[in-house]
Amino acid sequence: MKENQQPKTLADLVPGQSGIVDAVGGEAALHRHLLDMGITPGVKVLLNKTAPMGDPVEIHLRGYSLTLRLDDAAKITLRQEKGE
Amino acid sequence: MGYTFALAGNQNSGKTTLFNQLTGANQHVGNWPGVTVEQKTGTMLHHHHGKQTHIGLPWHVKKSQTEGKPVPDKYSDVTIVDLPGIYSLSPYSMEEIVSRNYIVKEKPDVVINIVDATNLERNLYLTLQLLQLGCPVVVALNMMDEVRGRGDSIDLAGLEAGLGTPVVAICARKGEGIDQLVSRAMEAAQKKLVPQKLDICDGAAHKALHAIVHLVEESAVAHGMTPRYAATKLFEGDDVISQELNLSAETLHIIEEILASMEKEIGMERVAVMADTRYRFIEKLLSTCYHRVAPEGDTLTDRIDRVMTHPLLSIPVFLLMMLLVFYITFGPIGTFIADGFSALVDGGIELIAGALERAQVADWVQDLVVNGVLTGVGSVLSFLPVIVLLFLLLSILEDSGYMARAAFLMDKPLRKLGLNGRSFIPMMMGFGCTVPAVMSARSMNNTRDRRFTIMLTPFMSCGAKVPIYALFTAAFFPEHKVLVMTALYLGGILVAILAGLVLKKTVFHGDAAPFIMEMPTYRLPTPANVLRQMWDKAKDFLQRAFTVIFLATIAVWVLRSFNFRFEMTDNIAESILGKLAGFIAPIFAPAGFGNVEAATAVITGVMAKESVVSTLAVLAGVDMESAAMLTAMKAVFPTTLAAVSFLSFVLLYCPCVAAVAAMRREMESGKWAILTVLGQTLLAWLIAVIIYQGGMLLGL
Repeated sequence: MKENQQPKTLADLVPGQSGIVDAVGGEAALHRHLLDMGITPGVKVLLNKTAPMGDPVEIHLRGYSLTLRLDDAAKITLRQEKGE
Repeated sequence: MGYTFALAGNQNSGKTTLFNQLTGANQHVGNWPGVTVEQKTGTMLHHHHGKQTHIGLPWHVKKSQTEGKPVPDKYSDVTIVDLPGIYSLSPYSMEEIVSRNYIVKEKPDVVINIVDATNLERNLYLTLQLLQLGCPVVVALNMMDEVRGRGDSIDLAGLEAGLGTPVVAICARKGEGIDQLVSRAMEAAQKKLVPQKLDICDGAAHKALHAIVHLVEESAVAHGMTPRYAATKLFEGDDVISQELNLSAETLHIIEEILASMEKEIGMERVAVMADTRYRFIEKLLSTCYHRVAPEGDTLTDRIDRVMTHPLLSIPVFLLMMLLVFYITFGPIGTFIADGFSALVDGGIELIAGALERAQVADWVQDLVVNGVLTGVGSVLSFLPVIVLLFLLLSILEDSGYMARAAFLMDKPLRKLGLNGRSFIPMMMGFGCTVPAVMSARSMNNTRDRRFTIMLTPFMSCGAKVPIYALFTAAFFPEHKVLVMTALYLGGILVAILAGLVLKKTVFHGDAAPFIMEMPTYRLPTPANVLRQMWDKAKDFLQRAFTVIFLATIAVWVLRSFNFRFEMTDNIAESILGKLAGFIAPIFAPAGFGNVEAATAVITGVMAKESVVSTLAVLAGVDMESAAMLTAMKAVFPTTLAAVSFLSFVLLYCPCVAAVAAMRREMESGKWAILTVLGQTLLAWLIAVIIYQGGMLLGL
């Protein structure tokens, strides 16, 4: 990811970086599961770390840690902040 | 009175610990009707005030019984039903459907909702859904010791008022607060304290929900659901509930209109609106009820994970852990226990054999009992220590939270094969014994992933094949024992990888289930829980393996002892087994071992892999451990190439009957199990033929 480009989805975050969820995609079962696990619009999510082989990632939200694959993380879009 | 309490909660919330605390040894494991989701029920035990009377182990309970403390008392007619560990009540997972149907249809007297107090925000999400089901709910705040340890505090009265249902602080590991939980649950059951209606929505969502409640009120009540639950599920677009309610097309149309206009007003789709509503309610409630002293800093889990999931260190640490598990199980410790146990079993068999002889029982009965049944059953028993040890170590890894990390590390490579991170546990156990390995695949709730994993598990060379390898390496490769053994193990893994890649493109093509998993906090495993799990699994293994092996050994004995005219014979070559082997032997000619001896060993190997060696020994008329055995082997397999071909076949072909039975059960299909086994045998034959013919061409 380039320095001054804002992360568009959860998959674009680098370890230690956080973002605010804007919308959650995925087909019905996945969509519901992500929301049930607390990934709702407006929630702050921190990308904790990436697995040694680059995938999956561990995120931190609502006081707990969750693992998901980059493919699924890419379905969670982040809010774009205006300015810095 | 006969009350029934249902136990519901998230995974990793300590539900199993609480279940063991409440029921002790009075547990029964079965399946939920129609699905393979495991159902545990138990009878509640008596508890002294503030003090634990037992730690949930069968032998402890027995001890207290002999001491004259009567276990049954006023609580003993309470049945506890353990619901699966779930995060929500959505219509997409079998576990969640089973749970909600049970509560709605069976109407337990109380739902005990265990929540992890250190992780309230996400845990209460399920609570809010349970409160709508129309049954009394008692919330058990577990792990309160950790909350206190952090210096945080929870306003219990505030939480109780906010949720509109009793809340009790407990620490299931230490057995604290269980009495109070039980007495609050008894009170809720007696007084039928159904939770107050909570208004968690606001604005447009509130309006929409109320409109739907009015529309479906009658048919919800007619179907035993609370109008609030039915309306919420319809709000979330739950097709299962909407079909169950049998609503008119007109009503469904109106509901759709209401929801569409609500979505437009809020600017969010319906499922997200409901999830967001619940989480906002929880955030608001916790902002007043949960007092955090210090900001969330570096926890112990974070520090441990800095090593366990470190970019460079994690893989070596993982391999080291696995190596340690194998070293303990199959190395000096495991061998010591297994040898001692074998000696005991052998002693027992001798004792029975002696007794039969003294009682002058008919010769054929002696032969059936001693050489048929007891030897077969004894071989299963001799596996028990290794399996119990393996289960023990894996339970420790599971309970500590490390298994989730291992799945996190292994997801990417396994995904390349079309599996997921969780598949590695059955794969690893496969090196011990295929039966428990296949059983452990049950933790994968996606049918596709489970069947796929089970298909590949038998390629992990199981412990019963070791004596075969040992015999062949001693006879044909005395100089390169370790090399050949390693090659066999790696060969099995390689075939699994290739088979995985092919199956992924053919039978299992399509998307793998998403891999979304909570990373639990590291916790010290409690001995009671670990031993309990070990005990349950060992019992399950024995029950299953025993029946199958028992029948299989009798079948082999009959085949071996009778000829086609049903006369008893001492000569195996004359027996049904020998004739059958003679019949199928030509099939193995292209693989270089088309003789009766090898074919007989292949047949008995289907009953149990360790029989391969003993069959070869019996046919050659020599002692298994003698030097003559090595010479005899060279007669059966004239060339080294034929021996290698036979070894490859044995490594890959049909697993033993006990494993096939386990596969049939966990795959939930006899057809799948049979196709898998036939496929494996065909593949093994092909590879053996390729090795033999290829080797011949190369002039080996």
